[in-house]
Amino acid sequence: MIDPRAIAEIIRQWSTFHPEFALLPRKFKIAVSGTKEDRAIIQAHDIGLEFYHDDQQKIAIRVWVGGGLGRTPILGSVVREHLEWQHVLTYCEAVIRVYNLHGRRDNAYKARIKILVKALGVEEFARQVEEEWQHLKDSPNTITKAELDRVAQHFTKMPYDTLPDHDAGFDSAVASNPAFAAWVRRNVHKHQQPGYRAVTLSLKTHGQAPGDASTEQMHTVADFADEYSFGELRVAHEQNLILADVKITDLYALWEKAKANGLATANIGLLTDIICCPGGDFCSLANAKSIPIAEAIQMQFDDMDYLYDIGDLELNISGCMNACGHHHVGHIGVLGVDKDGSEWYQVTLGGKQGNDANLGTVLGPSFAADEMPGVVQKLIDVYVRERTAEERFIDTVRRIGVAPFKTHVYGEKKKEVAHA
Amino acid sequence: MPKSSNLILNQAIVEDEWTLVSLPAGEEVVKKQAGKVVLFKLTGEASTTPEQIANTEIPASGKILVPLSVWVARQPELAARHAAGEVGVWLDTHELLETLAASVADINSLPLIAVHVERFADGRIFSIGNLLRTRYHYKNDLRAFGDVLRDQLFFLKRCGFNSYLIRGDRSAQDALASLGDFTQPYQGAVDNNQPVWRRVNRTAPH
Repeated sequence: MIDPRAIAEIIRQWSTFHPEFALLPRKFKIAVSGTKEDRAIIQAHDIGLEFYHDDQQKIAIRVWVGGGLGRTPILGSVVREHLEWQHVLTYCEAVIRVYNLHGRRDNAYKARIKILVKALGVEEFARQVEEEWQHLKDSPNTITKAELDRVAQHFTKMPYDTLPDHDAGFDSAVASNPAFAAWVRRNVHKHQQPGYRAVTLSLKTHGQAPGDASTEQMHTVADFADEYSFGELRVAHEQNLILADVKITDLYALWEKAKANGLATANIGLLTDIICCPGGDFCSLANAKSIPIAEAIQMQFDDMDYLYDIGDLELNISGCMNACGHHHVGHIGVLGVDKDGSEWYQVTLGGKQGNDANLGTVLGPSFAADEMPGVVQKLIDVYVRERTAEERFIDTVRRIGVAPFKTHVYGEKKKEVAHA
Repeated sequence: MPKSSNLILNQAIVEDEWTLVSLPAGEEVVKKQAGKVVLFKLTGEASTTPEQIANTEIPASGKILVPLSVWVARQPELAARHAAGEVGVWLDTHELLETLAASVADINSLPLIAVHVERFADGRIFSIGNLLRTRYHYKNDLRAFGDVLRDQLFFLKRCGFNSYLIRGDRSAQDALASLGDFTQPYQGAVDNNQPVWRRVNRTAPH
C-alpha cells in the first residue's frame, strides 16, 4: 500500500487554474489509488493513476485513460504500465494536451476523452501521448523529492496510542453478542495501527433512502468523530460514513450508540447496502424514481440472516443514463428509463468495481417498479441454486454467465414482455 | 491613447498596425450532430476552398495579416513583402501548426502570428500558443483574436500570447486588469516555466 495523498495534492495544485487546460472539450476527472484493492473506481475515470511498488520497490504509477460511465460506459485502458512518480504531471500534461487538441468539440455527447481513446485505438492514443511526452519529460514541472517531502509533511498520522492489537473485553463481547459480532464482521475493517479499526457507519437502514442522514444523526456522527476518531469523518462512494481510527476498546460503546441512532445496520457490502442516486424524487434529469426501488428491495430482503447467507453483493441504482448510481459497475445494476412517459427499470448483471472491473450485461427488457423486488429475488434464487461453496454472487455470474438468470427471470413472463 | 483600439500588446492598449486579411465567405454548410448545430470544426478539418483562397483580396501595401491557407497557397506573390517584414499569418484553432511550420523556413521571419478563436469555449488556442512557443520556438508577437474576452487573458498570457484583440463589444481597458488575475500560479507554463516549488521556498507549518 502506498499513501498517494501527497502526490494527489501536488496534482490538485498543478491542475488548479492550469492555463492550457482551462477550456477542455468536456469535463475531466482524475482518480488516484494507492492500495492493492482499488477503492476509487480508477477504471471509470478520464485518467486513473494506480500507484504500486515496482520490482525495485520504487513508487511507480500505472496510468489508465479513457474510462467513464454515463450514457457511454467504457472502462479505461492502460496507456502506460510503469511511470515513475516524478513524471506524473508532465505525463498527464501530455495526455490532456492530446485530448485538448483532438477531442471532439463538435458533439457534446462524444466530447469526453473516452471517445477519443476509442476512436484512435488505445495503441495510437498511447503513441501520440508518448510522442508529446518526450518533449515534456524532465521539464521543470517534474516533481522533486524535496517538494514531495514538503507536501507529505502535511499528511501526518493521527497521534495514535501504542496499544496491543487484542482486547479481552472486545473479544468476549464478540463471543457473547451475536449482533455485535455481525456488526464487527461487516462494518469494522482492519487497520495498519495495532489496537485500532476503521468503522463504517451504515446509512442503509432498510426502508430509508440510501445515504440519507437526518440532522440529529449528523450531529451524532460529528460527536462520534470527535469522541472516537480524532475528529475525522470520511464519506465513501458507497454512500456510507467512515470513522477511520477507532480504538478496539471503544468499538462496543460506539456500536451501542450507533445502534441507538440507526447507524449500525450490519449490512456493509451486502445486498441492501445499495448505491442509489436521488432519482426522480429530487433530480430534474431523472427518467425514473430510484429511491422507492431501493426501499422496496431492502424491504424484500429485510432478514439479516438471509442477507448474510447471500453474502457480498453490490446493487447500484441510477434513475437515468447519466449513471450517478454507478449501475454499470453494480453486480446487479438498475437503470431507470422513460418509455412514453412512464417509468421502467432495466437490469444489468455482472458489473464490478475494483481491479477486475466489469461493465454489466443488460438482462433483457425492462420491468415496472413493482416487479423489481421480485426480479432481484429471482436473481438471488438462481445464485443460491447454482453457487458453489465460498462463491460470491459475482463469481457465480462470471462462471455461469447471464443466461440462467435471464431464463429464470423471464421464464414465466413471456406474455408480459410485449410491453417492453 | 487611441480610444478606438481594442488591441492589447504586452501590457498596453495600442493601435493595430496590421490589416487583417479575411477569406471571402464560402458556402457554409450547417452540419448537425445529435440534432444540434455543430459549432466547432475538428482539428485538421479542411475549411477553405481553392476558390476562397484565390479570391482573397490582399491589400497592395502595408502590414498584412493573412490566413494560413492563403499564405501557403500564394507565397510567391507575398515573398517580397514577407522579406520586408510586412506579412503576418493567422490560423484558426482547428488548423494544424504543422502546416504553418512546413510553410516557412524560419518561423521567426514572421513578425506576427495570430490565432483566431471562433468560440470562447475552444481551448485549443491555449495548446497552440504553448506549442508555438515551446515546440516551434516562435519568438515574435503572438496574438489571440476572435471571441477573446478578459476571462481567457491570464491563461493566454501563460500560454505564450503577448497580444490580444478583445472582442469588439467589450472593453480592452477592463480586460487589461485580468492579466494580473493571479500573482503566483502553481504550475510552470510558457511565460514562467518554473512551478511554484522551484520559485518559492515554502516551508512546512510547525
